[in-house]
Amino acid sequence: MKIVVAVKQVAALGDEVEFTEDERDVDPDYLDFALNEWDTYATEEALRLCEASGDGEVVIVSVGDEDAEDAMRRCLAMGADRGIRIESEERLDPIQVARALAEVVQAESPDLVFAGVQSADAVQAATGTALAELLGLPRVAVVTKMELGDGKATVNRELEGGLVDVLEVETPALLTIQTGINEPRYATLRAIKQAEEKEIDVRQPSDLGTPAYEVTKMFVPPKGEGAEMLNGSAADVAQRIKEIVEECTA
Amino acid sequence: MSVLVVAEHLRGELRPVTLELVTAAKELGGPVAVAVVAKDPSALADAVNVEGVDEILAVAVDQEEFENDVYEQALEQLLSERDFDVVLLGFTVNSMGYGPALAAKLGLGFASDVFAVRDDGGLVATRAFYGSKVQAELEFPGHDRVLLLLRPTAWAPAEGAGAASTTDVSVSISGSRARHKDYVEAATGDVDITSADFLLSVGRGIGDKENIPQFEELAGKMGATLSVSRPLVDQGWIPSSRQVGQSGKTVKPKVYLALGISGAVQHLAGMKTSGTIIAVNSDPEAAIFNVAHYGAVADLFEVAEELEKLY
Repeated sequence: MKIVVAVKQVAALGDEVEFTEDERDVDPDYLDFALNEWDTYATEEALRLCEASGDGEVVIVSVGDEDAEDAMRRCLAMGADRGIRIESEERLDPIQVARALAEVVQAESPDLVFAGVQSADAVQAATGTALAELLGLPRVAVVTKMELGDGKATVNRELEGGLVDVLEVETPALLTIQTGINEPRYATLRAIKQAEEKEIDVRQPSDLGTPAYEVTKMFVPPKGEGAEMLNGSAADVAQRIKEIVEECTA
Repeated sequence: MSVLVVAEHLRGELRPVTLELVTAAKELGGPVAVAVVAKDPSALADAVNVEGVDEILAVAVDQEEFENDVYEQALEQLLSERDFDVVLLGFTVNSMGYGPALAAKLGLGFASDVFAVRDDGGLVATRAFYGSKVQAELEFPGHDRVLLLLRPTAWAPAEGAGAASTTDVSVSISGSRARHKDYVEAATGDVDITSADFLLSVGRGIGDKENIPQFEELAGKMGATLSVSRPLVDQGWIPSSRQVGQSGKTVKPKVYLALGISGAVQHLAGMKTSGTIIAVNSDPEAAIFNVAHYGAVADLFEVAEELEKLY
């Protein structure tokens, strides 16, 4: 059983923001980086399946610069076996990311490919499905449960409003994994240390094609129109909340 | 610009996002065509024949319910026969299953969770980045055709009787590798949060499962019903029947008091039409403040403690 998990080092903005000179992106100095939350669930699901099979390998793939290896090491510390990073300094659109991943994933001939449903920073929910297309794999997006069978899997897909669509998908397949599907394990300090020794192979991307879009302008959205800020001490805020509640529920 | 809207339906009912897509399509000038991919497209034709729709493309397939291979093949064939500048899908779980795949296969311009579009001598789309803290305008150089997934509830649904013509489109589907078997309803809990007038809603900011009883108690004292954002359900702290948001319940109480909820897009989709929204968050840049009527940048535990004293 070999499972490839595509992960992303996501960027989060703090309280302050400055843009790059061309105003097309945020100045990286204002960003904090972390492993995408959805990808911790995807990694956990892969680890559980491999552990259950008794003989498995979990390969972490990611597109990014050297810093992206921090996120990959998190997955390796959880128990994944090795990583492959596809070098890219630029911020790519999700279809370019899928193109960058496709060749590397194909070469691994995995039994399953997992990706998170979406990334916390860009929320495109697109890379996994685009990657499935490029690999010629069946796929299911937003999976909350899966059971492997022979040449197929039964999976739950979570629709809007919590309605569950139960599907049968042929395998090998690519599944995008939703949060809550499992309880991701924490890496022990020892595991984090050991993960430093695990192999992360670095590859160069092939042709990424025409970008799916071009950011022409990035800006801070207009502030909550009409949102009245309640100032003062916590007691003052509580008092105002009580008044507003009484007024609005009367 | 010519626009193709792909209708979304479930168990024989048109989903509301479809008519929102029509509104967005009209903003781009049109003509507007709506593709209905279904076992019996004519059953949905009336529902999509609203003002502004010029043509309904009835695409009959064997599958009654959505399957991503079916939609992808149907759309690919449709796009090979007909020219559209823009294809609009809802940013929904169904679309996530085939929209990006189609864009990758055909090399289309692409973006998702788009909440504004305009024709500015070329298509311009607006979406958020970095946890909704910033927004960006996108253009699509090098692409004759662009496929966009539009955020549900960002446009008003199109209304009024339409006068669209219907064209039958035949497609050949060569198999579906992920097949629909069954639907299972979301669990119903002991409490119906959609009928509450006053929701006290807590999010990741409460930090620990052990803090939930404290907020249940506070909600009780205040005459509110406790609801939560998704992360608390994911962690198994509370049943999903209490969850507000796209994958949970859509609520519209008179008052929505959000404590420690940052305001992920999917959460906002489930509560932004509430009568009065009050948000308490320690992060002044939290996206929840963009939809709130009243906001306080404060420690939620301190505010909760003061509220306890008042009730």
